[in-house]
Amino acid sequence: MDFGNIIDAALSQALGPQAIVFALAAIGLNIHFGYTGLLNFGQSGFMAIAGFGLAVSVVRFDLPFFVGVLIALVTPVLLALVLGVPTLRLRADYLAIVTIASSEILRLILGAVEFKDVFGGSNGLTGFVRPFQDLNPYSGPLDLGIVSWSRSDLWSLTVGWILVALGCLLVWALMRSPWGRILRSIREDEDAVRSLGKNVFSYKLQALILGGVFGGLAGLFHVLKQGSAVPTDFNTTFTFYAYAALLVGGAARVLGPVVGSIIFWFLVAGLGELFDQLTDGSGVNLPTWLMTDTQASLVRFIVLGLGLMLLMIFRPQGIFGDRREIAIDAR
Amino acid sequence: MPANLKRSTGEAATASLVDVPRVPGAPKPDPIVKGDNITRTFGGLKAVDVQHIEIQRGVITALIGPNGAGKTTLFNLLTGFDVPDTGAWSFNDKSLAKVAAFKVARAGMVRTFQLTKVLAKLTVIENMRLGATGQRGEKIWSAPFKSLWGSQEDEITARADELLERFKLDAKREDFAGSLSGGQRKLLEMARSLMVDPELIMLDEPMAGVNPALKQSLLGHVKSLRDEGRTVLFVEHDMDMVREISDWVIVMAQGQIVAEGTPESVMADPAVIDAYLGAHHDTDLTELDPAELEAQAEAELDAEAAAEEAKE
Repeated sequence: MDFGNIIDAALSQALGPQAIVFALAAIGLNIHFGYTGLLNFGQSGFMAIAGFGLAVSVVRFDLPFFVGVLIALVTPVLLALVLGVPTLRLRADYLAIVTIASSEILRLILGAVEFKDVFGGSNGLTGFVRPFQDLNPYSGPLDLGIVSWSRSDLWSLTVGWILVALGCLLVWALMRSPWGRILRSIREDEDAVRSLGKNVFSYKLQALILGGVFGGLAGLFHVLKQGSAVPTDFNTTFTFYAYAALLVGGAARVLGPVVGSIIFWFLVAGLGELFDQLTDGSGVNLPTWLMTDTQASLVRFIVLGLGLMLLMIFRPQGIFGDRREIAIDAR
Repeated sequence: MPANLKRSTGEAATASLVDVPRVPGAPKPDPIVKGDNITRTFGGLKAVDVQHIEIQRGVITALIGPNGAGKTTLFNLLTGFDVPDTGAWSFNDKSLAKVAAFKVARAGMVRTFQLTKVLAKLTVIENMRLGATGQRGEKIWSAPFKSLWGSQEDEITARADELLERFKLDAKREDFAGSLSGGQRKLLEMARSLMVDPELIMLDEPMAGVNPALKQSLLGHVKSLRDEGRTVLFVEHDMDMVREISDWVIVMAQGQIVAEGTPESVMADPAVIDAYLGAHHDTDLTELDPAELEAQAEAELDAEAAAEEAKE
């Protein structure tokens, strides 16, 4: 067994572009769910609409790249308005239903044969990230010994982690303010906030928009680091993995979603590599009745799910959470 | 405190109501709330059916009545937490019918809840700060920059600390509100609503679940609200409290106002006694001889049984 490979695989994913996508999406979910108590089960929809917002404007409408980026950041705002205005006056579950449905609708429309001329069907769109790669200041790959990244990944990482850092800074600044206090209060009891003269609906909408823009940022970054926008990348499992990452790190904590995403990908990639090596027929191997090489990549998610359950039982507040906040429950 | 609040006293409050007729829907000399034809039905049940109601400014008005009389529903309607089928009402001559709850609160009419709504996972002081209105830091564009709202936050905190001290909650300042006892939550909710600086404060069963020791201080706090010039409207089942602190009592039954008057006159009203209080509302049960009580109860039961038999 080669532990070096396992650590390499785990670290390059944990600090790599995929973890950044999750971190950005989970920062958005943290604003929705962690701070405001909004159940957005369609974060992948916000990602998809932003990713394709860029791709379609550049590929189909020949707009300049940076105009495309701007459009990509406006589209999640529009989606949040469409989803939020009719549902945020209702009970919390309505938002959950509407968001999960809309993200599926978006994904199916984006991948539909009928709209192949616009969205490129199931293959999606490519050829719009040139200007992003042209900005790459690095001359070669980075090799840190145990972990290495290609030149283009290195550029993605730089941009991505800067975005994550700025995002955390913004969330920190917002959540210590009276604005953040209102969001946390809405999470506890909307009616109490209303009775004190605050327009709850407006604040929920603001939170939905802001978190949605972070989802859009995640989608934007995803298509940039990948060089293509593919509809199947934005399926609902993504939203739930992002939720898992958020809960691992600790909801309603500024760094919770970031640390959670890093740990999530460390485990997914590390366990994947470990199980691969344990079933590849050389060196130490698990008996085949326990696990075969075709099962290896799936078993890691079973183990991960088990881990998440144990976490919820023994440390429900996540890694960064405040135990006292969980321990008291008014109802 | 708003400039238009005039300090008042119990005597002044009583004096202002001397000439008011003791009838349901009686007009008041200086009403802060005026409502007409307010109805709300749930299915076939008419929960609230109020022809006319006026609440006198600067006094403590109690709203009493049996369970299901529509007191809390009326509260919900007046404060925008529920929408009426029909009706119009004004607050300071400004129509507030079908206005959103948060606007009602901003207009100066703030309520508390029967089941307290403290924000359990916020600290006591954060609960208090939330109540302040017109905070610059509540706007998303200025929120990230503490320099824009920091000084205002300090003023708010100072005001909150004063109120916490007044309500004897200063020792709990940094505790999560969820760790407070039921009575302390009632106090916190009342203190928090004062952060809004309301002209009219509406308390929904402020005494429910409060231990006797705390009751006395709560009574004092409610009186002090009136004495600093605010108007108080409260729903309560605790007759001792109603008798002790209210200047005026409105009795509801089956959605309608059935009687109005001073506490003494209302509690002497046979219709009210019949509908709500029961014949023994005035006797302190602990002072009676147990044997006598038992005899009384038995006599009543016998009478009831006899009545039943007579019907059949």
